[in-house]
Amino acid sequence: MSMAERVLMKGNEAIAEAAIAAGCRHFFGYPITPQTEVAAYMSKRMPKIGGIYLQGESEVASINMVLGAGAAGVRVMTSTSSPGISLMAEGISYIAGSDVPCLIVNVQRGGPGLGGIQPSQADYCQATKASGHGDFHMLVFAPSTVQEMVDLVAGAFELGDKYRMPAMILSDGMLGQMMEPVTLPEPRDMRDDKEWAARGHDGKRAHNVINSLYINPQELESLVKARYEKYAVIVENEQRAEEYLADDADIIVVAFGASSRVSRSAVDMARKSGIKAGLVRPITLWPFPEKFLAKHAGHAKTFLSVEMSMGQMVDDVRLAIKCSRPVEFYGRTGGVIPTPKEVYDAIVRINGGGQR
Amino acid sequence: MTVKGERPHALLDVPLHYCPGCTHGIVHRLVAEVIDELGIEGKTVGVASVGCSVFTYNYFGCDMVQAPHGRAPAVATGVKRARPDDVVFTYLGDGDLAAIGMGETVHAAARGENIVAVFINNAIYGMTGGQMAPTTLPGQVTQTTPYGRDVKTAGNPIRVCELLSSLDGVALAQRVTVDCVKNVKEAKRALKKAFEYQMAGKGYCIVEVVSTCPTNWGMSPKDALQWLRDNMLPYYPLGVYKDVGEGGQ
Repeated sequence: MSMAERVLMKGNEAIAEAAIAAGCRHFFGYPITPQTEVAAYMSKRMPKIGGIYLQGESEVASINMVLGAGAAGVRVMTSTSSPGISLMAEGISYIAGSDVPCLIVNVQRGGPGLGGIQPSQADYCQATKASGHGDFHMLVFAPSTVQEMVDLVAGAFELGDKYRMPAMILSDGMLGQMMEPVTLPEPRDMRDDKEWAARGHDGKRAHNVINSLYINPQELESLVKARYEKYAVIVENEQRAEEYLADDADIIVVAFGASSRVSRSAVDMARKSGIKAGLVRPITLWPFPEKFLAKHAGHAKTFLSVEMSMGQMVDDVRLAIKCSRPVEFYGRTGGVIPTPKEVYDAIVRINGGGQR
Repeated sequence: MTVKGERPHALLDVPLHYCPGCTHGIVHRLVAEVIDELGIEGKTVGVASVGCSVFTYNYFGCDMVQAPHGRAPAVATGVKRARPDDVVFTYLGDGDLAAIGMGETVHAAARGENIVAVFINNAIYGMTGGQMAPTTLPGQVTQTTPYGRDVKTAGNPIRVCELLSSLDGVALAQRVTVDCVKNVKEAKRALKKAFEYQMAGKGYCIVEVVSTCPTNWGMSPKDALQWLRDNMLPYYPLGVYKDVGEGGQ
């Protein structure tokens, strides 16, 4: 397909095509609703372009195939939905502990347990704080449109390669299943030049070892600390967020992904009724865009975190503004998407007008 | 002075951590000799498992990846799919392959994944200090079968080569041991065939090496070899369980 033209695509298919355009030729995954279109699209496209689509026997196997391919130095991804991420937690920890870049897509659904198959954001803490055992982070990106799903993919791969770490696109069942017009990027050629990769030394260097085991505690500590120095650089340089009507806002709504779309409409409704509401939409969830929130703590009276969970991001908002303002919460969970009216009502309540 | 035998180039000149009498050292050497003889060290990637063989990444001179417990077949699949011209092998113990990694093993074999599995079966968990393995013999005493393995409660051992040989994707499934010179030579022939089959694109190859664990069996190395002959080999008969042959694919 011509890349410059706008086409109507499902979010899950757009993310797959964007990954291919970004040079990804290796996909390993296991079917789970509501992300299966990513795998189905890859299974259709990869054989036509000399790439690899392989359906693993489980999410556990799939993430370890990602580890192997990433360790061998190629651009590689997997895609799953919430319960699948729980199964991948082990592999994600090993990938982070082995400094292997890869892309993991989580098209979130309701939880816990088997939960449901409707959209959710209840994997926020898992994605940003505890994706597996041990001290580590992933880069986490939260698109809010199908176009942004496309736009974030190449950057996620690039930053993953730059910092040698896993990156996640934290999507949800709404963004994955909805269709919107998108402009796809021009396909790029991948350099195959990762000198650290385990791909055969050809007799030209000492062997490369991709490993996360360090029996000596001092050695392990120093490696983890070095990784955290890298994380500090990322926190300083890679925060991203979109601000909407935030500069003069009394009430700052903080929302990402699907709930930010709802929140944006609610902010417009509030503005029409004379309430100075604004929106800060985190695009990176790790690093959390603290700078974009802290700068509004001077003028905003209240912050409102709107989430499709029981309030997993609220504490990060509080920390970002150092608890200098009240941080309220409105959310729906279990696969329920809040309506703009519900969020608007929450804004009105915070503004002191309960009678609507 | 004439040199009769040298350390294979593919085996790095570092001290191995294995216990006295453990057969890992012999098998490491055989794998390294095969890599040398085929001239493939520069295009080989090994995948270490979790267990006593976890440190193989320090011992083999080829590029290495260390996999989570049981996941080496999946990691090796990723490496091989990324670098199909490389030679990829895994080196795993019985707990890794036949307990926590049985799913990954069966599916890698069923896919005919073009990798070699070097499988060390010593009927016990070594690294964690001698617990029951999926291949622990009926009646065998381990730390977690202190009264001997009772198959009524702890289940029966798994014969891996027999089980995998029913799968179409398997090119070679052979059980060997390294208790004497004759058998060491046969083990090396099997390993070399496995690597050659991979290079010819024939599919999944497994070489099961019936091995000893003197430390956790609580025996001298010599007694352990005799116990292997008396107890292991009757339950795990040596032989070729599947071989697609030269023409097979």
